[in-house]
Amino acid sequence: MDRDYFYTESMTVGYQGVPLIKDIAIGLKKGEILTLIGPNGAGKTTILKSLIRQLKPIKGVAVLDGVKTETMNGRTFARKLSVVLTERIHPEMMSCRDVVATGRYPYTGKFGILSKEDEAIVDASIRLVHIEALSERDFTKISDGQRQRVMLARALCQQPDVLVLDEPTSFLDVRYKLEFLSVLQEMARKEKLTVMMSLHELDLAERISDKIVCVRGDHVDRFGTPEEIFTGSYISELYGMTVGSYDAGTGEVELQPVHGEPRVFVIAGNGTGKAVFRRLQRKGIPFAAGILWENDLDYPSAKALAEAVVSVAPFGKVSEAHLMQAKKWIDACDHVIAALDLSTAGETAMCFETLCDYAKAQGKI
Amino acid sequence: MKNKRFGAAFMILGGLLMISLILNICIGSVNVPLKDIPGIFLKTGANETYRDIVLNIRFPRALAAAILGGGLALSGYLLQTFFHNPIAGPFTLGISSGAKLVVALVMVASLGNALKLSSWVMIIAAFAGAMVCMGFVILMSGVIDQMAMLIVSGVMIGYICSAVTDFIVTFADDADIVNLHNWSKGSFSGMTWENVKVMAVVTGIAAIGVFMMSKPVSAYEMGESYARNMGLNVRVFRILLVLLSSILAACVTAFAGPVSFVGIAVPHLVKKLLGTSRPILLIPACFLGGSVFCLVCDLLARTLFAPTELSISTVTAVFGAPAVIYIMIHRRKEKAV
Repeated sequence: MDRDYFYTESMTVGYQGVPLIKDIAIGLKKGEILTLIGPNGAGKTTILKSLIRQLKPIKGVAVLDGVKTETMNGRTFARKLSVVLTERIHPEMMSCRDVVATGRYPYTGKFGILSKEDEAIVDASIRLVHIEALSERDFTKISDGQRQRVMLARALCQQPDVLVLDEPTSFLDVRYKLEFLSVLQEMARKEKLTVMMSLHELDLAERISDKIVCVRGDHVDRFGTPEEIFTGSYISELYGMTVGSYDAGTGEVELQPVHGEPRVFVIAGNGTGKAVFRRLQRKGIPFAAGILWENDLDYPSAKALAEAVVSVAPFGKVSEAHLMQAKKWIDACDHVIAALDLSTAGETAMCFETLCDYAKAQGKI
Repeated sequence: MKNKRFGAAFMILGGLLMISLILNICIGSVNVPLKDIPGIFLKTGANETYRDIVLNIRFPRALAAAILGGGLALSGYLLQTFFHNPIAGPFTLGISSGAKLVVALVMVASLGNALKLSSWVMIIAAFAGAMVCMGFVILMSGVIDQMAMLIVSGVMIGYICSAVTDFIVTFADDADIVNLHNWSKGSFSGMTWENVKVMAVVTGIAAIGVFMMSKPVSAYEMGESYARNMGLNVRVFRILLVLLSSILAACVTAFAGPVSFVGIAVPHLVKKLLGTSRPILLIPACFLGGSVFCLVCDLLARTLFAPTELSISTVTAVFGAPAVIYIMIHRRKEKAV
């Protein structure tokens, strides 16, 4: 088996000699992206701090490219690994370009004068992160999200082999979240940059990571590929979710369902029901839904929010029994909502027409 | 474009330094005509009285003001960097007062023994006092993370030390104590060439040390975590920072007593003048700025109500305090944006 480019050996981390997370054994290859997920306060930042030598591990070591990180001198380590942290900085009278240029620190001479080559690298990093427009602005006068991108450019300017980021996307809007992560992905692919970060956005973590570390309690609960992690109800367990739900298949979250005797029956399918389910949830009305195939777009949210769902196995056939069940719910409810546009439904959806007619006959539509 | 501004700023500071040096030499109870100055320095038959006044009194005094002013400004700059606090300075953190207290103690103790104190003894005493107060302030900063409270505690330490010093001065009622009294209020008067030599050596070495640290200072300004990631040994750096700022503050206090506001005001004024916070430019500019500031203030202290001489802190406070207030208000506004 190939040795990992970066790995930890039975590392225990914590503050003031008090272990917080024990026996961490994680590793990744050059050019891979590793993401730490886990509930607030689980110790993701503590682990990252220990990996970047801001915090001395209580036990065990981290090995980078075959060398124990603790044995490297500051300058060598700085050339190999750079960081984007949550710590706010308040540089005085510095333009964003000046801030990016501080990434050249481990390469410049005694007085930190930038050479032409250094300047070129600074410009290249600025282009890479698309912050040309910010470069002459005062760093303290831009938004948090913009600052985060400047700090990424700064970290890349350090020309590291490994980049460590602590919740880098927290302040970014959706466009910049994607742009930010795309830069990381591109650098990982093209420059073989190895990336380790913590993320709160599970959907993004699932998409970008080669490896995922789940931190829970005093240990690393799971370590593996996204496919291994995002299964079944594991995420809900990891975060100890007691309110609402998370669907591993779609990555969608739903608020807490409204319980009680269903008052509305929703005929939905093909993604038309979600909005209706959520509106009913907001109004606090318990409802039932059907008939839904279990591989329908609407099924996960129906399952999470509806009091009852009349469902059919994936690609299965709607039987008389299913129809009977649905009709029973229609009888019990005061209203029926047909979210589905019947004119666009295919042949297998004939059952919906039957249900609609049945509801109309009772004057519930 | 920026480089032009830096060049201009240094020209202005250098020019001001020359002008204020010359003014300090020429102006006084006896005005020395400007045309006589070259003659005095070249020893080519100038007026004997003028020569005596310039070479033995005014020139050493002016040099002392320039050197100590520069040292004070640098010390303030380092402390502001260390505490990430714009109004930190040797005076606000009580370091000057601590140095003053120990120097006063040593002076009183040795006056009894009729010992003439050398400049070195004074500096060492001042350094000891500065380190004690500095240590206390650092301990406090570990306990209180609110910067305003840190300054308050520093000011309190300063008052306590000043009170004890005044107590000592009051009760050590001796004829020789007049000097001590003058000194404890802060003054550049009575500087000998021996004094100037010693302060030039100490301040010079410390200032060069500070300049050599301009790269790490720039890293430290990015916050400790980032500085560490850039390869800076933060612990060693912080110790050096404390030592150098204490040496500079101690040197000033040993010779001139406590001088207020220079340490806070000058670094900010210089930053505004240069329009940058790059340490490699700011450090020499701070030194020059501090020199000019103290020279001008000393000139005013001497001449404004001549023959009565004001204490130097009176004058520096008049100019320094409004500058500090202006800066604080201005920063508020910037932050509000």
